Amino acid sequence: MSVENIVAQGGEHLAVHGLEWTTKELFTYPNEFIYWSIQIVMYPYMTGLVAGAFVLSSLYHVFGQQDLKNMARFSLVFSLALLPVAMMPLQFHLQQPLRGINVMFTPHFTSAIAAFGIVFSTYAVIVLSEIWFVYRQFFVDQVNTLKGKEGAKDRIMYYLYIVLTLGAFDTSDEAVAKDKKAVKILAAIGIPIACFLHGYAGFIFGSVKANALWMSPLMPVIFIMSAIVSGIALCMLTYIIIMEWKKWSTIIAKGKGDESVKMLAGAELDVITKTSRYLLGFLVAAITLELLDLIFRGYTAMKSWDILRSVMYGKDFINIFLLQYTLGNLVPFIMLLVPGLTIRRVFFALIFVLFGVFMMRWNVVIGGQAFSLSFAGYMHYHLPIIPHSMETFKEGLFGAMTVAATPFVLFYFINKVTPSLEYK
Amino acid sequence: MKNHVLRPLFVVIIGVALLLVVRHFMVPADFGVQEGGNFTYNFHRLSNVEDWKNFKVKYRGREYCQECHEENAASILDSPHEVIQCENCHGPAIDHPDNPETLAIDTSRAQCLRCHTYLPYPTSQRSELPGIDPQDHNPGENCVDCHNPHNPDLENM
Amino acid sequence: MSCSRRDLLKNTFKATLASTLPLSAFKMLSPAQVKASVGDANVRWVFLVDTQKCVGCGLCVKACKNENEVPYDPPITRTWVERYVLMKNGQSHIESPFGGRDGYTDTSIHENEIPADQIAKGFFVSKLCNQCKKPACVQVCPVGATYQTLDGVVLVDRKWCIGCGYCIMACPYGMRFFHPVHKVAEKCTFCYHRIIKGMKTACVQNCPFEARLIGNLKDPNDPVTKIIMNQRVSVLKDEYGTKPQVYYIGLDTNVR
Repeated sequence: MSVENIVAQGGEHLAVHGLEWTTKELFTYPNEFIYWSIQIVMYPYMTGLVAGAFVLSSLYHVFGQQDLKNMARFSLVFSLALLPVAMMPLQFHLQQPLRGINVMFTPHFTSAIAAFGIVFSTYAVIVLSEIWFVYRQFFVDQVNTLKGKEGAKDRIMYYLYIVLTLGAFDTSDEAVAKDKKAVKILAAIGIPIACFLHGYAGFIFGSVKANALWMSPLMPVIFIMSAIVSGIALCMLTYIIIMEWKKWSTIIAKGKGDESVKMLAGAELDVITKTSRYLLGFLVAAITLELLDLIFRGYTAMKSWDILRSVMYGKDFINIFLLQYTLGNLVPFIMLLVPGLTIRRVFFALIFVLFGVFMMRWNVVIGGQAFSLSFAGYMHYHLPIIPHSMETFKEGLFGAMTVAATPFVLFYFINKVTPSLEYK
Repeated sequence: MKNHVLRPLFVVIIGVALLLVVRHFMVPADFGVQEGGNFTYNFHRLSNVEDWKNFKVKYRGREYCQECHEENAASILDSPHEVIQCENCHGPAIDHPDNPETLAIDTSRAQCLRCHTYLPYPTSQRSELPGIDPQDHNPGENCVDCHNPHNPDLENM
Repeated sequence: MSCSRRDLLKNTFKATLASTLPLSAFKMLSPAQVKASVGDANVRWVFLVDTQKCVGCGLCVKACKNENEVPYDPPITRTWVERYVLMKNGQSHIESPFGGRDGYTDTSIHENEIPADQIAKGFFVSKLCNQCKKPACVQVCPVGATYQTLDGVVLVDRKWCIGCGYCIMACPYGMRFFHPVHKVAEKCTFCYHRIIKGMKTACVQNCPFEARLIGNLKDPNDPVTKIIMNQRVSVLKDEYGTKPQVYYIGLDTNVR
């Protein structure tokens, strides 16, 4: 390497990761930037949705909560659609995305992230197996129905279902009873693993001793609670949208006064009312823990409290107290509690809940980097909106939107193979 | 068909086996915990230490310069600038005179001001160095026009 | 039929296990090889910064960037120099523009003119990786891409790092960053390529005032060891329990 090369290096346009969207105030160390940006906000948010959706379906399969029966099958399939999306933000975030698989090759288990590969795969396997047992009989039925059909699409579907049966065509009562038992066992194993999956996402943050905001043993529990809240909320919301769409298509097909329209509307409200009770319960738990954490920090007032307070009560006040606690928690809490629940009211309450959980993730991830390790300066995050490079796309608004939209696209396709809304 | 319940398990086992096979080919053979170390702090690709040891040295130090430029080294060693390494101003030698053939000398005013802007700081050695106020002391001029870096004291020139 | 298939599966599995697990992936080198490849366990590299002597010229930062091929103009750096000016009224001014790469050639800080007669203390503190005995950055690496050598230096494997940034988050000193060219975690190596050849680090060699020193803590005759053992020294942020190994003379409570 010659001197010219060394000098030339400085002249090239070199993207310093984080420089693009970070502004600094007062004294921060030179290398400090918002390294964990929007995708790391998306990551716990999406894993939270996965875990929450699964827990919701397990409430029926394991604890026999009959009121959740209609919701259970849907949320199980939806959690499968969410599953790959929990990994996507991490892939988007990695500086070396092609090396992501190294986590599986040489896991260094003293790191919380190393557990990700193992826990995530275990969890994926459980969800997939559970779906297989739930739908095995359906697969076999489909194989029998499609057997003689000639159309190209039917042939493809026929072979797809053959593969999906894994060669198990037995649909005797005995065999089906075994399926049911397997579902129950898997759902039972799945609950702690779903909680673990998300709890350790909280652990990833809670165990960073260098970060004054993140370091708290409560972090994993807070993450689990808010995960379940967001998972249930998203399942309910999607369910409402799908049911409304069905209702409207029935109205168009059969007219407004038709009996089936009333039945659909009645069933929908029933499911939603029952599910919202669970939502409220977990919401209370989540808020209680978060407030406990906040009060404890203020009361003990360790070295970092001065800067934390200035961030929480000053710079991030709107994000934390208005958007997260008031709009995201308090408002939907009241909306769901007031008697005489209507679908429209629930719909808006759910949007607020989902927004509130997102803001909680934002305030943890971005808020945790809003102050310098020196406790003498601040950093501000500016979300890249219009992408002008791969990095500003991946770690910008459009990258986050891509991640958020993917589960719905996936659900559309998965639902073609394992219909979760009609099949009884 | 008794045990159709275990079929997903077989699929999983095949998956794990596949992963292990791929892993076998993808993970460098010398990956592991280094002897005398522990998993927490010493788990890595062992040959990476060699990679770092073979990193190119660029600043060779005064002894290297002295081999050819004895007079210049002697002159600065005889001056108050004896503490300053040749390469701080002349640039890293790397493999000079082969590569690069010539070094670009930093004779800028900014280079001198690194030490010789007077900063009135009690408890720091900075305030004891001979210093100027750059706004006052021939602003815009290059220091080397009057001062010889190898013999900076004007009275001795 | 299904039985034989199961047997086949079982055998395949066993065979695969047998062929992969014989720890070829965790192959051990012989002790001699290890000693040669990993450095000497009779050495523990430590650093000593004398803040009384530092004049804030920034030649250490300049040398470090050139020596270690850290792009010169971007604001990231493996080592830096901070300026502290503490006023008689208790106010403090702290800064480190571009890590102090170009030295401190102006009396004003953040565009505020600082009146000389109101300065109580003014000094410079240089920072570099503390090469902790219990490095948090290494503990959190998910793939084993960063590690501690037996002589106490924490290195990053540029071919194995996935660039997740967890180590950057875990370091209480803010030492780490992403290398703009290699796109992996980057940090001070104590100029490992130099110290194992018996040279000083680039920053130590180019410091005119001996404000930076490197030594071997396991050698009782090493001048740095003697100072650490016999004088009053301190370290930065020991409350994180990482056991940092960069020692300082003349620290102040205001040093961050």
